[in-house]
Amino acid sequence: MTLARKPLIMRIGNDRLARNVLGLLLIAAFLVPILNLWVPESSPFHVPSYVVALFGKYLTYALLALSVDLVWGYCGILSLGHGAFFALGGYAIGMHMMRQIGERGVYGNAELPDFMVFLNWQELPWYWYGFDSFGFAVLMALLVPGLLAFIFGWFAFRSRVTGVYLSIITQAMTYALLLAFFRNDMGFGGNNGLTDFKDILGFSLQTDGMRATLFFLSAMAVIGGYLICRMIVDSRLGRVIVAIRDSESRARFLGYRVEYYKLFVFTVSGVLAGVAGALYVPQVGIINPSEFAPANSIEIVIWVALGGRGTLIGPILGAVAVNYGKTYFTGAFPEGWLFMLGGLFIVATLFLPKGIVGTKSIIEGYERYRLRLAKYLRPYDYVKGGSGR
Amino acid sequence: MSHTQEVKSILYLDGVSVSFDGFKALNNLSLYVNEGEMRAIIGPNGAGKTTMMDVITGKTRPDEGDVIFGGNVDLTQLDEAAIANLGIGRKFQKPTVFENQSVFDNLELALAGNRRPHENLFFKLQSDQLDHINETLKQTSLAIHRNKIAGALSHGQKQWLEIGMLLMQKPDLLLVDEPVAGMTDAETATTAELLKDIAKTRSVVVVEHDMDFVKALDCRVNVLHEGSVLAEGSLENVQANEQVIEVYLGR
Repeated sequence: MTLARKPLIMRIGNDRLARNVLGLLLIAAFLVPILNLWVPESSPFHVPSYVVALFGKYLTYALLALSVDLVWGYCGILSLGHGAFFALGGYAIGMHMMRQIGERGVYGNAELPDFMVFLNWQELPWYWYGFDSFGFAVLMALLVPGLLAFIFGWFAFRSRVTGVYLSIITQAMTYALLLAFFRNDMGFGGNNGLTDFKDILGFSLQTDGMRATLFFLSAMAVIGGYLICRMIVDSRLGRVIVAIRDSESRARFLGYRVEYYKLFVFTVSGVLAGVAGALYVPQVGIINPSEFAPANSIEIVIWVALGGRGTLIGPILGAVAVNYGKTYFTGAFPEGWLFMLGGLFIVATLFLPKGIVGTKSIIEGYERYRLRLAKYLRPYDYVKGGSGR
Repeated sequence: MSHTQEVKSILYLDGVSVSFDGFKALNNLSLYVNEGEMRAIIGPNGAGKTTMMDVITGKTRPDEGDVIFGGNVDLTQLDEAAIANLGIGRKFQKPTVFENQSVFDNLELALAGNRRPHENLFFKLQSDQLDHINETLKQTSLAIHRNKIAGALSHGQKQWLEIGMLLMQKPDLLLVDEPVAGMTDAETATTAELLKDIAKTRSVVVVEHDMDFVKALDCRVNVLHEGSVLAEGSLENVQANEQVIEVYLGR
């Protein structure tokens, strides 16, 4: 006899926050395209195209935040290089869209993308082969980030690199890729990256229909990503990774090969980030090396921290909220945004260590802050009993 | 009338030396533990007790010497996870449990078998495994706390939970490092009973400072000093040993 757990869908049904957010997302996935495409502009219910494009982009960030939460929130791997997986997924789709331009480019060369013509290249490099096929490009958008995560993780986790050191080498990884992709001879468009995309699967990227479709796909990807992550963290494997997060040596002495578990979640996370990137690039119309910038990866961590680390739903909300704020405030007070972002991070660490989702109220956040402050000021009162760590 | 009995050793250390930056933590240490035996290891700070545990469990590689488990397995060639899966459980000095998970989940994580990631993604608890968890909950006096977050347990309860986690692994050999440090007298007595109960079915090695506790265990004792065995015998015997008195009371 086995003791069955409730199925995933019922577990989510009992989780009010997850149910509400995912329900809202599902409704939005269908409703927003309808309100954009079929409700006349004069109607108050019409959703303008720029809103669809903007929120479609935010949703890809939400998926990216989700992927970081899986490794950081549940396994304690603070990756400061997830922007790299995101960018690689984006490049894979970007390469396909480059090939789709064909002879409609500035130089009218059907064989080579514009930047290669400009660099006087005679033939397509081998690693561009296959990207004419959409299916191949999608496969690469999953495979390349996944493979990088696997290889990186294989060496890092086997060598038992943890904590700050691991964070630093993830930064180094994305920085190294930034420098590499800047080089023209890498064959990915150098500084300018890939842009001037025309269409995908024969549909123009500039139409409302395409924007609505990408919005729909992004919303569904967030839901799908959530379900995958939830399935993982609810399983016994999920309990093992939390155990590793909280006491790696105990897990090891219980007989778990910690490196395999880390490798598994890190690879899944890399693939999810790649999917996010692949959905992002068609919506913004460009991919260039700046996506590898270390600061980008750090921003993802802020979304997760603010939304609520280790909650899965929190990072989705955090990513959308912070990016909405960014869009609004960079328009309203362009000089102030970075200060606000920094301020948000400080507020989140001091008052909301569990993020907006984990903290029930401002008062609870304040109480927690006071307790921590008291601990800091009068440490001896709190070490009695010897059980505290 | 002489009575000889074939006694198999479960753990056998021979001439083990470990040095850290020139300091010899273990110096030609030799020790054996029989199957089904309870053994206490005592010794002053820095005698090498914890290093010995590290060597047996694969955390530290010895510079020289043999560490043999169950008569034929060379432990010096294996890592922590492999050694744990062979049937050697280790309790740390500081209680180390998974603080953010329930008592039940802590024991479930320690269940023998299913150590690979793919097995655990679709893991379902079998009823015999549930029985084993319930049994251990009872044995460690934690049954009423089964749904409590482990971080909310008292210090003593955490120690028991950790011992319970070791039992879930169904080990043949248990290494227990200072199990009663920071415990109340009542908890200490309960712990002694628990360990004696466990030792009925498997070998247990206890490292401890608390002499009353060692006395309560009522087993053979090794005194470690400067990385090797100074004396071995019953507690009364070693306490009467001149060298031991000198080491403990100072020259």
